[in-house]
Amino acid sequence: MKLIFEISKPGRSAANVTASDVPAISIEEAIDKKYLRSDLDLPEVAEIDLVRHYTNLSRRNFGVDLGFYPLGSCTMKYNPKVNENIAATPGFIGLHPYAPDEFAQGNLQLIYEMQKYLSDIFGMAEFTLQPAAGAHGELTGMMMIKKCFEVKGEKRHLVLIPDAAHGTNPASGALCGFDTVTLRSNSDGGVDIEHLKSLMTEDVAALMLTNPNTLGLFERNIEQVAQIIHGKGGLLYGDGANANAFLGKTRPGDLGFDVIQLNLHKTFSTPHGGGGPGSGPVGVSAKLVDYLPVPRIIKNGQDYNWSDNFPHSIGRVRAFYGNFNVVVKAYAYIRSLGSEGLTRVSEMAVLNANYIKEKLKPYFDLPYDRVCMHECVFSGKRQVAEAGVHTTDIAKRLIDFGYHPPTIYFPLIVPEAIMIEPTETESKETLDTFCEAMIAIAREAKENPQRVKDAPLSTPVSRLDEVLAARKPDVVWKKTG
Amino acid sequence: MSKANPTDRFYSKDHEWVKDNGDGTAIVGITDYAQEMLTDIVFVELPQTGKKVAQGEPVAVVESVKSVSDVYAPVGGEVIGVNSKLENDPSLINQDAFGEGWIVKMRLSNSAELKSLLNVADYEKLIKEEKH
Amino acid sequence: MDYCPHTNDDITQMQAAIGISSIDELFADIPKKFRLKRMLDIPAALSEQQTITAMSDLARKNKLPQLTLTGAGAYSHFIPAVVGHIIGRAEFYTAYTPYQAEISQGIMQAIYEYQTMIAHLTGTEIANASMYDGASAMAEAAVLCAKMSNRTKIIVARSVHPEYRQVLNTYSWANGYAVVEIAYAASGQIDLNALQNQLDDHVAAVLVQSPNFFGVIEDIAPIADVVHKKGVLLVVGFTDATSLGILQPAGASGADFVVGEGQSFGNPLNYGGPYLGVFAAREKFLRRIPGRLVGATLDKNGQRGFVLTLQTREQHIRREKATSNICSNEALCALAAGVYLAALGKNLKKLAALNVYKTQYLKNKLMRLSGWHEVFAAPVYNEFVLRCPNARQVNEKLQAAGIIGGYELHKDYPELKNTILFCVTEMISKEGMDKVVMILK
Repeated sequence: MKLIFEISKPGRSAANVTASDVPAISIEEAIDKKYLRSDLDLPEVAEIDLVRHYTNLSRRNFGVDLGFYPLGSCTMKYNPKVNENIAATPGFIGLHPYAPDEFAQGNLQLIYEMQKYLSDIFGMAEFTLQPAAGAHGELTGMMMIKKCFEVKGEKRHLVLIPDAAHGTNPASGALCGFDTVTLRSNSDGGVDIEHLKSLMTEDVAALMLTNPNTLGLFERNIEQVAQIIHGKGGLLYGDGANANAFLGKTRPGDLGFDVIQLNLHKTFSTPHGGGGPGSGPVGVSAKLVDYLPVPRIIKNGQDYNWSDNFPHSIGRVRAFYGNFNVVVKAYAYIRSLGSEGLTRVSEMAVLNANYIKEKLKPYFDLPYDRVCMHECVFSGKRQVAEAGVHTTDIAKRLIDFGYHPPTIYFPLIVPEAIMIEPTETESKETLDTFCEAMIAIAREAKENPQRVKDAPLSTPVSRLDEVLAARKPDVVWKKTG
Repeated sequence: MSKANPTDRFYSKDHEWVKDNGDGTAIVGITDYAQEMLTDIVFVELPQTGKKVAQGEPVAVVESVKSVSDVYAPVGGEVIGVNSKLENDPSLINQDAFGEGWIVKMRLSNSAELKSLLNVADYEKLIKEEKH
Repeated sequence: MDYCPHTNDDITQMQAAIGISSIDELFADIPKKFRLKRMLDIPAALSEQQTITAMSDLARKNKLPQLTLTGAGAYSHFIPAVVGHIIGRAEFYTAYTPYQAEISQGIMQAIYEYQTMIAHLTGTEIANASMYDGASAMAEAAVLCAKMSNRTKIIVARSVHPEYRQVLNTYSWANGYAVVEIAYAASGQIDLNALQNQLDDHVAAVLVQSPNFFGVIEDIAPIADVVHKKGVLLVVGFTDATSLGILQPAGASGADFVVGEGQSFGNPLNYGGPYLGVFAAREKFLRRIPGRLVGATLDKNGQRGFVLTLQTREQHIRREKATSNICSNEALCALAAGVYLAALGKNLKKLAALNVYKTQYLKNKLMRLSGWHEVFAAPVYNEFVLRCPNARQVNEKLQAAGIIGGYELHKDYPELKNTILFCVTEMISKEGMDKVVMILK
């Protein structure tokens, strides 16, 4: 498809500018010429061409509304339309972030109540909604841990991270000046308790644990893990990426977590937007409340106000109050579902994942064969050994069947990993036909491996040359001729 | 299939090779086995000449599409030259890891360190073990 | 209501297939003592209709002003209808990060086009797929400069947005860097002598904003000279992104990084978010910058296509050695910005000029009020600072008329008592401005 620049024609425009109702002055009178730009090379297209360009682009994109999207660890559930409508109303989009608090009481109440709901759902003392995404929340959580020990005058420079963890965990730890130490998993896919005991010293600030972990397995020894960490004065950090597994069933705060970071776009159904905006609230136990980012909301009687007056706060992690409009959608979602609805989310998500696990088990290697939570992780090892068909080939072939592929090659401790997260919003029929497709591909891998390796065969482009892209980077279009 | 590992040089357990020039300097690169494991190399971060490194310290970085690997100096010393052809064509390492794909030239600070490295036979034994 | 489609019969069949007799068995790994034995303490479930009612009740507790004369990092601009229609397409907004290139060409091409527009607008060679917001983009640029140079001091102009400086302080503290602030001169621009005196071998980066928080346009070229002479990197931010339609871009004046808030391009005020962190840089930093990057390449048949590229920079590969932990971007906001810029095209210059006309109009009118004076002499884009007899009273008077006034600077600059930062965009009519002046007379 042509680029927007390639359909540009001088003199066209898709948006006009209102004529000035004040006297037009010479710009150079107001702004010295040396500060003014000489060229402005933006595309020039008519509105109809603009609309067709982006509409055609959209047709080359796959979203949840088009089909099943079992991208493990990303929780691609259905995004209810009503929440989109609500969040787009002028009352929620129109206010300036510096509007006086008395203009923004509705927004402030929404934020305040959202913090309360999340605190109860996750069993934490308090929440901040300021971080803009999960990774941003993770950084915020680790900053609070750093601050906590700084205030207490304890020098702890290590953070423990399980080998199955997401790469963000070590990066977040390192950006707060911590050295990271890898904690082994046991044969059951959980924390190796003996290894944890041997690593846990008074130099360790925290263990960053994802529970359920990236294998989709609940940490059975969580009580002991928390005791070991807390016993040496450390803190337990929870990556809440997998919160869809336990809503209404258990609460991280009760399990001993001191920090939990969420992704509203995962658990609370706000759309992922092609990679953002997300929203990464962080909940903390009583030990860490003093270090939450500012500003925080104070409720006085019926009134809500922002306050900066928290001397031990880590400060700000972004301007203003976070991705407010994303929070609106998640708030509406929680209000729609209520307690029963949220509990049913985790029940159905876990049911769906176990159903897929059982149906596919005969056809793909299952490295950890136990009840899984909201996702299951297979290995494509058998297909590699039998026919040289790799997980990436299976993923690409699924595209031809009309599915978005699962997460692949993660977690790293499973070779040729295929991580499937169906979510609660998919019907039995969808799961059945998806499993049939997976089984058909497993058969095809044996009978006609080349066809799988050539996939996808149905997309506007075939497999792309990533080596070329990295060797000769082209990230900005340049006009030629 | 991997190319034969030349007999005129020493090898490290991290899959670097070093060829002693006999004049207190040596050439360093990564082995053909290493490039095969890394797959297509897309970028090489070369050190500044003059950089001093101890044995086992990172001296360069090689990147493939999905991995980043340090190249550890198999011997300590000062970087006195880099293979600047790799800046435009990192695939030289994939094509000819033991020749055109060399990475740095070093002045050795202690040539006795060479003795701590593996010879071809030992290195090939190491690869065999890794493959299993 | 919930969004789970299973019938009771489906559930029974699925349980049988798994070999369980109740859903509870699936949660057996959660130790009994930690199972939640009560309902969650949240309001009862609502139907779709009830949800709409509850949410409109909340929205109605907000008061939408007749006019907003505050900018200060968030700007009200007209958004052409096409923007909403395009980003409202479910193919875009219900997708995830484009991990599977073959079925994500739409968002990737749109981001590639966005990167191209941003690089051009900022006068740099490259731009990433976006960051969380302007403040975090600036902080991340500072951290990157420190990590690249192994230096630990960061210099920031005091005329940079106060909240951006607070975010910078948080990120710098976490990494163990020191932050030094540089005063502004009487013109409202950075005090170049003070800057020169602070530059030494420990400084990794100098951070300025243009237009700065006072609306004042900085003279970037001489700053770049001074900074580069000491081997230090220059990061230049901006306030209202529409200023890029008319002002010389910082990249063309020697900035190493241009970062800022891109919200003005097609994204509503949203009470502060989601916004769009613009991050652009010189080509030599391509393999070091944080965030997602879309690159053009070829498919097996030699056809142009797009991929997420240079991923070895990112946390999932570089882990603890990564210079940033950012995973996502603000893709939908970047898409909105791309559509907005493509819609306006060269009209962005006209729009920027309109902002200048209107700003000058209100500024001149207000300055004629008794006791009102200009605070800074340097040229401005669409924000300006005036001193008045009583800033609080001015804003209270305006609020009583349903108008959100300007930003009172003494909160962040104690020396600037009774000064107000006003913003005028194309959204403010002459009538509106005349009314403001009438109220304040």
